[in-house]
Amino acid sequence: MATTTLEPQASAYRRSWVIDWLTTVDHKKIGILYIVNSFLFFFAAGILALVIRSELAVPGLQFVDQSTYNQAFTMHGTIMLFLFIIPALSGFGNYIVPLQLGAPDMAFPRINALSFWLLPLGGGLIFSGYLFGGAAAEGWTGYAPLTQQGGVGTDLWIIGLTLVGTASILGAVNFIATIFKMRAPGMTLFRMPIFVWTVLVTAVLILLATPVLAAGLIALFIDRNYGGSFFDPSVGGNPVLWQHIFWFFGHPEVYIVILPAMGVVSEILPVFSRKPLFGYRAFVFATIAIGLLSFSVWAHHMFTTGAVFLPFFSFMTALIAIPTGIKMFNWLATLWRGKLLLNTPMLFALGFLSMFLIGGISGVMLASPPIDFHMQDTYFVVAHLHYVFFGGSVFGVFAATYYWFPKMFGRKLNDRLGKVHFWMHFIGFNLAFFPMHQLGLSGMPRRVSDYSADTGWTILNFASTIGAFLIALSVIPFLINVIATFINGEPAGDDPWEGNTLEWATTSPPPPYNFDTLPPIHSERPLFFLTHGHGHSAERPSDLEETDEDDVERRDGIV
Amino acid sequence: MTAETIQAHPAGEHDDHEAIDHGQTGMPTALLGMLLFIASEVMFFGGLFATYFNARASVPAGAWGPPEGAHELDIALAGVLTAILLASSFTMQFGVWAIRRGDTGKLRMWTGITLVLGVLFLMGQLYDYSQLGFGVADGVFGTTFYTLTGFHGAHVFGGAVGLTIILARAMRGQFSRRNHVAVEAVSMYWHFVDVVWIAVFSTIYFLR
Repeated sequence: MATTTLEPQASAYRRSWVIDWLTTVDHKKIGILYIVNSFLFFFAAGILALVIRSELAVPGLQFVDQSTYNQAFTMHGTIMLFLFIIPALSGFGNYIVPLQLGAPDMAFPRINALSFWLLPLGGGLIFSGYLFGGAAAEGWTGYAPLTQQGGVGTDLWIIGLTLVGTASILGAVNFIATIFKMRAPGMTLFRMPIFVWTVLVTAVLILLATPVLAAGLIALFIDRNYGGSFFDPSVGGNPVLWQHIFWFFGHPEVYIVILPAMGVVSEILPVFSRKPLFGYRAFVFATIAIGLLSFSVWAHHMFTTGAVFLPFFSFMTALIAIPTGIKMFNWLATLWRGKLLLNTPMLFALGFLSMFLIGGISGVMLASPPIDFHMQDTYFVVAHLHYVFFGGSVFGVFAATYYWFPKMFGRKLNDRLGKVHFWMHFIGFNLAFFPMHQLGLSGMPRRVSDYSADTGWTILNFASTIGAFLIALSVIPFLINVIATFINGEPAGDDPWEGNTLEWATTSPPPPYNFDTLPPIHSERPLFFLTHGHGHSAERPSDLEETDEDDVERRDGIV
Repeated sequence: MTAETIQAHPAGEHDDHEAIDHGQTGMPTALLGMLLFIASEVMFFGGLFATYFNARASVPAGAWGPPEGAHELDIALAGVLTAILLASSFTMQFGVWAIRRGDTGKLRMWTGITLVLGVLFLMGQLYDYSQLGFGVADGVFGTTFYTLTGFHGAHVFGGAVGLTIILARAMRGQFSRRNHVAVEAVSMYWHFVDVVWIAVFSTIYFLR
C-alpha cells in the first residue's frame, strides 16, 4: 500500500515559493494556509468585536451609528463562525488527520486545494459589502423577513456564505473519504485517534447540514432578487420557514464548531497527564451520539415563535447533556491522578474544560422553555454562546496551535510567553463574558447599540469592555511568540511532548510524503507503545498491564 | 490491507478496483467521494422540498397551483420528459455495463445517446417554461415550482457536462475494462438526477 512504501525518486521541481504555496496540493501546506487565513479573519472579526464593545462600554452612542453597529455584530458573528473557527479547526484537521492515520495525503488533494481557495474568496465577498454601501446587517442568523430588506451587502453575504458552505461540503467529502480509504495498515476504526473520530463526525454533520443552509440561502436570494415569495407571508410564504432551515443547519453547526475542539482536547489531556484517555470507546460513541442528536434539536432556537412542539425539542436538547457529560467525565477521569504537565497546550485544554462546562450548563438551562422564554434574545444567550464558541472552540484552536506548532514548523513556541497569553486570554474572556449572564438576567437585549443609564447595566458593560480589550491585548504575546519562535525558537525534535499518535512518528516538519516508515499500529496510541514497549501487543492499552503506571491499573481495576 | 474499511462493493466492481484504487479493498475512493457528494445533494434537495411542502401547507386547499389567468401545468409534456429522463438512466447503465466488459465502442454509443436524451429533456423543460405563462415572482407556487424544477434542471445540465467529458474521454480511448471509475461516478450522478426528477415530478404533478 502506498502509505508505507512511497519513496520519491525524482528531484523536486524548482519554482518560487509564492507559486509553490498558491498551487500546492499538499495537505500540510493547505492546512497551514487554512490556519493562517483563519487567524487573519479572526483578527478582522476581533476588531469588529472591539467596535461593538467600545460602543456598549457606557450609555449613549459614542463611536458608531446604529447601522454601522448592526453591520459590526453581523460581520463579527458571520466571520468568527464561518471563516475563523470552522476553517481553523478544518486546517488542523487537514494537517493532522492524514498524519494521524499514517496516510501520505488527503484522498482528493486537488479538491482539498479548491476547498481552501473558496474560503478567502467567500470571506472577501462577505466583507466586500463594506465597499458597496454597507455590509449585511441582519445578524449572523439572517432572519427573514428582515433580510428581505437589506442592501447589496446582504446579497454579497448570501453569495459568500454559499461559497464558504460549498468549501465546507467539499472538505467534508474529502475528510470522510480520507478516513475510510487512506488509513495505514493496522489503523482500524477503533484505533483511530479521538481527534480523527471527532473530525469524522463533524464531516458527516457538515455533509448533511450545510446543503440545507445552501438551499435556504438560495431561496433567500430568489426572494430578494427575482421576486420570489418563500418567506413572504402576504403571498403564501412563511418567514418562520427561514428559521427552520437556518437552525436545521445551525444547530449541527454548533457541534461542527465544538466537536473538533473536543478532539483536540482529547489528544492533549492524555499526553499531558501521562495517561491514556479514559474510556476511549465511550468517548467515540458519545461523539456519534452528539452528532445524531444534533439533527433533532434545531427548534430550541425557536421556542418563542410558538410554531414548534416545545416538549420534544426541549427533551432532545436536554438529552445532549448525557453524551456531553460522558465526555466531561472521561476527561476528568483522564486527569485523575495523572502526572499533570501544565504546559501551554495543557492550560488551554484545561481552560476549554472549565469554560465549556459553564457554556454547557447555561445551554441546559436554555433548553427549558420557561427559562428560554425569559432569556430569548437577551445577553444571557450571548454569554452562553460565547462560553461555547469562545470558551470552548477558540480555546481548542489555541490549544491545537500550541500543541501542533512544533510538528508544523519544527520549533516549540515559548512556554513562558504562552502562559502569559493564556492567562490574559482566560481572565479577559471571563471578564468580557461572565457579566453578560447577569446583564441578560436583568433583561438587556442583544443586538442593541445603546442602553439607558438608569437600567443599571453600565458597570457590567464597562467590565465586559475591559475584558474584550484584554483579550485583544493577549494576542500580542501570542504574535510575538510566533515571530520569535520562527527567528530563534527552541528546536522541537520529532516528538517534543512524548505523544501517543502517529503524527509524532515522523520528522518535524514532516516530508511532503509524510512517512518513511510507520511503527506497528496495535492500539490508538501506537507511538506510546513504540517508545515504551508493548508494541507487540494486540490488546487495547486499557487492557494491558502497565507496571510503570500504577494509577492506570488501579483505575482499570475499578472499572 | 485494511480489512475494516467499509465493505461497499457495487455489483461487478470486484475485478476493477485494483486499477482504480491503491490496491485497497472496497469501493474505489473516487466512487465513495461521488456517493458522499450525492448524499449532500440529497440534503440540498431535501431543503428545497421542505420549502415546497411548507408553502403547500400554508396555502388553503384548492388554492394551490398556477396563479389565475396562467395555463395549467402541462402534465402530458412533463410525462414525456419524465420518460426521456428515465430512458436516459437505462442507456447510461448500458454504457457502464459495456465498459465493464471492455466494450469501448458501445460505451461511446450509449454515452452519446444518454447525452442526447439529457439535452432533449432540458430543451423540453425550457419549452415548458416558455408556455406556462407565470413566473417565479407570481406567488409562492411559482416560486417553489421554478426553484425545484430549475435546480433539478441545473443538475441535469451539470450531469450533461459530465457526460460530455466522459464522451470526449471515451473518444480518446481513455477508458478500459479495468480503468473507468469516472464513467461509474458520472453514471451514479446521472441516476441520482433521475431519481430526484421522479420525486419532483410526482410531488408537483401528482401530489399537488
